[in-house]
Amino acid sequence: MKPLLTVSNLSVTYPTRTGVVEAVRGLSFELGRERLGIVGESGSGKSQTGRAIMGLTPPPGIVRADALSFSGVDLLKAGSSTWREMRGSRMAMILQDPKFSLNPVMTIGRQITETLRHHENVSKREARRRAVEMLEAVQIEDPERVFALYPHEVSGGMGQRAMIAMMLVCGPELLIADEPTSALDVTVQLEVLGILDRLVRDKGMGLVFISHDLRLVSSFCDRVLVMYAGRIVEELATADLAGAKHPYTRGLLDCTPKIGESRHPLPVLERQKEWAA
Amino acid sequence: MTIRIENLSVTFDGFQALKSVSVAVGKGESFGLVGESGSGKSTLLRAVAGLAPVSAGAIEVNGEALLGNRRSRAFRRAVQMVFQDPYASLHPRQTVDRQLLEPLAIHGIGDGERRILKALDEVGLGSSFRFRYPHQLSGGQRQRVAIARALIVEPEILLLDEPTSALDASVQAEVLNLLEDVRSRHGLTYIMVSHDLGVVTHMCSRLAVMKSGEVVETLAATDLAGGRMVSDYTRRLMVASKGFSREMEPG
Repeated sequence: MKPLLTVSNLSVTYPTRTGVVEAVRGLSFELGRERLGIVGESGSGKSQTGRAIMGLTPPPGIVRADALSFSGVDLLKAGSSTWREMRGSRMAMILQDPKFSLNPVMTIGRQITETLRHHENVSKREARRRAVEMLEAVQIEDPERVFALYPHEVSGGMGQRAMIAMMLVCGPELLIADEPTSALDVTVQLEVLGILDRLVRDKGMGLVFISHDLRLVSSFCDRVLVMYAGRIVEELATADLAGAKHPYTRGLLDCTPKIGESRHPLPVLERQKEWAA
Repeated sequence: MTIRIENLSVTFDGFQALKSVSVAVGKGESFGLVGESGSGKSTLLRAVAGLAPVSAGAIEVNGEALLGNRRSRAFRRAVQMVFQDPYASLHPRQTVDRQLLEPLAIHGIGDGERRILKALDEVGLGSSFRFRYPHQLSGGQRQRVAIARALIVEPEILLLDEPTSALDASVQAEVLNLLEDVRSRHGLTYIMVSHDLGVVTHMCSRLAVMKSGEVVETLAATDLAGGRMVSDYTRRLMVASKGFSREMEPG
């Protein structure tokens, strides 16, 4: 089967006054209709990877790759009209904090119908019907009411559900979720993940799940890429997490305190120069 | 008991953030406050420090009854606070040296030179960090500076408000180790707020679970780990902190 997304030798660089910063260096992977996790600490290049795939690398960043293609479309050659057509309808992205990623002066309903009416030729009434249906699908209890609310009038968990609804309303083939639940409380986090999981499975989407939390990602995804200093240091099927070989992955797993364990002091990650090489 | 909080209520413009909360923390104890956002855990900590509008109840620290938001000079030295975000809690245009000097100047403590070097050494930052600005430090190093600033006046009680939740997992481990180390060396009393049950059970011997401004349950960390809790809410939090699982899905 042809992969949905092919990334080959991707690099993202930022020229600065003190030289070129290489945020992502030589990253390659393929994604089918599966759930792929990308894990790393701050500065590892995980978010930059997600942004590069969506064509959202902010200037003066430079994206280079041997190949970057999404279901037959060469993303490296895509012009702005191709991007406009693809983003939101065929590929979508969920960001960390709904407080910052939703438009504060537009009702939630209008933001969802805007996406729909931009990409598909639907009547206002039809768009409204589908938006409400989508809000229902993300388990919002009173979708008609939430449709008319502004982002500041809803809680974080509700905002993130609305964000998911907005991103999935056009039925994208690829969804990139960049820390979609990090700003939420643990119990809400699980509800949102459950919704995301069900929709991805039912609609057969490809999902790239970006997070700093190795355990969370491994409980959610089929496969995990562990990034360090812009590179993949280890690729794992989540079932093999316990058998992780790279000392960085092992260190990440070991250094978080867990309930019911007594380890004083906690093991600390000793960073090695050669990991970044 | 070093810290005794009885029937404490805090009201912000008609919104009751704390509803008659009672907590007692013994000398040398490390006590945790857990809960989700809006549960009032940070408000409780801030009320002890005199940073929240207390509407009813009593707080007693070291046998000294605290009235309203007035605190004695001795209290301000004995009780220090470390905040969540080291990017926000350090002055961006002051060097580390200047920021460590401030509490000494406030309390009229001399011998600054030696104390600053000692405090930096204690948190694992060498003297080479002394004249740097916060933007020249990583998140973990900044949190170490914030801890040094708290320790420099030789306090007895540290109030820790999510001290590691802005940090990466590996850096979190370093800072938690530092906090434990400092506590055992100086016999400090901690009250630590966190949303992470793993962190709280690691650091604290007892903890209170909070929800909507009330204490749901106070229990020992070992009882939490052993699943010996009374309330359903604590159990839900515990399950949630174990990560995502498809079995929990209703369909």
